[in-house]
Amino acid sequence: MNFDLTEERQMLQDTLRRYLREKYDTATRNKIIESEAGYSTKIWAELAELGVIGALFTEEQGGFGGKGFDITTVFEELGRAGVVEPFLDTGVLAGGLIADLGNDDQQAHVEEIIAGSLQLAFAHGEPTSRYDLNRVQATAKADGDDIVLNGHKAVVVNAEAADLLVVSARESGEPGDNEGISLFLVPADTKGVTIQGYGLLAGGRAAEVMLDDVKLPASARLGEAGKAFDAIEARVAAASVAQVAETLGAMETATRLTKDYLGTRKQFGRPIGTFQALAHRMSDLLIELEQARSAVINAAGHLDSDRAARESHVSAAKNLLGRAGRLVAEDSIQMHGGIAMTQEYELAHIAKRIVMADHRFGDTDHHLERFIALSAA
Amino acid sequence: MDLSYSDEEKAFREEVRTFLKNKLPKELSDKVRGGDELGKADIERWHAILNEQGWLAPNWPKKFGGAEWNAVQRHIFEEEAAAHHAPRIIPFGLSMLAPVLQKFGSKEQQDYWLPRILSGEDWWCQGYSEPGAGSDLASLKTTAVRHGDHYVVNGQKTWTTLGQHANMIFCLVRTDKEVKQQEGISFLLIDMDTPGIEVRPIVLLDGGAEVNEVWFTDVKVPVENLVGEENKGWTYAKYLLTHERTNIAGTGFSQAGLTAVKRLAKAEIAGGKPLIQNPHFAARLAQVEIDLKAMSTTNLRIISKAAAGTAPGVESSMLKVKGTIIRQEINDLARRAAGIYAMPFASEAIEGSNAGLPDPLAAGPVAAQYFNNRKLSIFGGSNEIQRGIIAKVTMGG
Repeated sequence: MNFDLTEERQMLQDTLRRYLREKYDTATRNKIIESEAGYSTKIWAELAELGVIGALFTEEQGGFGGKGFDITTVFEELGRAGVVEPFLDTGVLAGGLIADLGNDDQQAHVEEIIAGSLQLAFAHGEPTSRYDLNRVQATAKADGDDIVLNGHKAVVVNAEAADLLVVSARESGEPGDNEGISLFLVPADTKGVTIQGYGLLAGGRAAEVMLDDVKLPASARLGEAGKAFDAIEARVAAASVAQVAETLGAMETATRLTKDYLGTRKQFGRPIGTFQALAHRMSDLLIELEQARSAVINAAGHLDSDRAARESHVSAAKNLLGRAGRLVAEDSIQMHGGIAMTQEYELAHIAKRIVMADHRFGDTDHHLERFIALSAA
Repeated sequence: MDLSYSDEEKAFREEVRTFLKNKLPKELSDKVRGGDELGKADIERWHAILNEQGWLAPNWPKKFGGAEWNAVQRHIFEEEAAAHHAPRIIPFGLSMLAPVLQKFGSKEQQDYWLPRILSGEDWWCQGYSEPGAGSDLASLKTTAVRHGDHYVVNGQKTWTTLGQHANMIFCLVRTDKEVKQQEGISFLLIDMDTPGIEVRPIVLLDGGAEVNEVWFTDVKVPVENLVGEENKGWTYAKYLLTHERTNIAGTGFSQAGLTAVKRLAKAEIAGGKPLIQNPHFAARLAQVEIDLKAMSTTNLRIISKAAAGTAPGVESSMLKVKGTIIRQEINDLARRAAGIYAMPFASEAIEGSNAGLPDPLAAGPVAAQYFNNRKLSIFGGSNEIQRGIIAKVTMGG
């Protein structure tokens, strides 16, 4: 057993932490959130330069990482600083699917992705799919040599900025079937694609993506026809590992801020952390933080295992981080009092990142049920 | 024991319902149901409608123009108002300042200020908390120094709710630094248009700007704006706080919130079926409902004692703690129910709803409300302070 980071990962962690501490303070980040684009192209380019995106791909794919612990190393730091730039969407989700499934032509995009010159979005969820990955109703129908897409993709993060969308659609079967789902690479400016964007509560932007007779050449298909489900599930597992690591980083910040506040804020003539009622709650948060860290390690360490082990650990981590995250976010706000409710105080954004993570890739309840089902199988 | 309302109470409920059905403007109830922020004009409109009916000041004695309802009547009104999505009554003038003026104010102050509260001529806000004086309110530092016929006020207040709409603020100020903290505080009425006052909005984590900082630099306040006696302000403040705690359990809000969650969970699809059929979600919902039913009865038990003339003591602290836990749990359920559609900054997304955004967004800004209502367990005496009171009173600690 060895729980230390490798030297390379340690260096990446140090570099990222230093960069974000210097370049990504609360005021800077809040300006980015309020900007029209919702993310900073400058920060994006500089982080790409530092290797953040390259660390998400394996050497065969053109990167220098791609393992569970590479992903967690990057995202824990991004989470610690409350970064809103769409690395998860471009790098792990859509970029990962292109790297996993693409033919040589499609794989050529990976170089641009790693260089930071391409933005992507994964258009998969739908208004009634909630957290089920196989509930795809959007359709893909052959029309001569072409393929025509129709459907409605919901809350597609980074869709407005994306040059290319990775879109899922059904070629056969019914919503709820794993079989029959295909992926397509769709340039965002393709005729029939309508993108209705909006800001997200925890920063960043998303959109409803409407597909109206979107005509594509057959070469736009990513991977085999009707066989994309397994790849989607594996990629969402990687994205979930990224997300729980990000939440862990955010929880570290929340607990650090709260601990500092309890030590310095005085009421009734003494630091409020000297009141046992608060001191014990702080202790509980620190206990849950270590539980969360271990759940993230379990999930990252099993990302390349067989499906059953991988998914079981992912669901365990999502469930635990959902519970522990809510506790840390709510109690950190409560112990601060009103100050934590203000947008200019760092904890406000951090708490929103933690809680809203439960609304992507399945919430606490979804993963509890999934963990039960996977354990019974 | 008889769990049913009396015939008079039932008739009263019918009267309230009829009034709300006929007089509550649909534009206002739509906004409340959708979780939209109400503007100043919206609130003033609703206040005027209630005033016309004579119901704007349910807790005031009739001699001051109030409805003089008992606690059970007030409870019935609050329940029905929440169920019909009526805007909440802004309490600062009506149920916080007015009882203090009625009890401790001079005849001149009562005659001048009280009618202006009812007519809406004055919009009051509260100047209590300071950056260094939150839970420990008595440590407040804003000073008022007397110079002849006026005081000069310097300092800063914070968390001033809807201060941006207000033309008047009632403040706790320090008039004696030499004595025990609680014995050097006075209660002042200050015109917000006085030179030296600056109001700065505080942007909250849900994007809303409902609270403010209020800064005072050499602000001159006429001595006739002192309420009661100098250095007795703490007594008046404590009296006011007991009034702030009417409707503290918020059962009407919780009931309306629970109904909204159920509606949302019927519309939301999970695993191909309505979410409300999901056993896990249904269990969460049922637990809150069970808690709420019990708390509603606790609330009524305490209220009927109050109606019989017994002042609620430690019970109001209990209701505050349990009531806010339940309300926050309902906010949490609404957020969960919305699934991926909790993620958008919904007010922004809803504005674009003409563009054909899907139904779940019609649930309103549930996640923003979840975050906003974290305040419930913080303000008006945090839940930690309330637990301290319960422990002190029941265990003498």
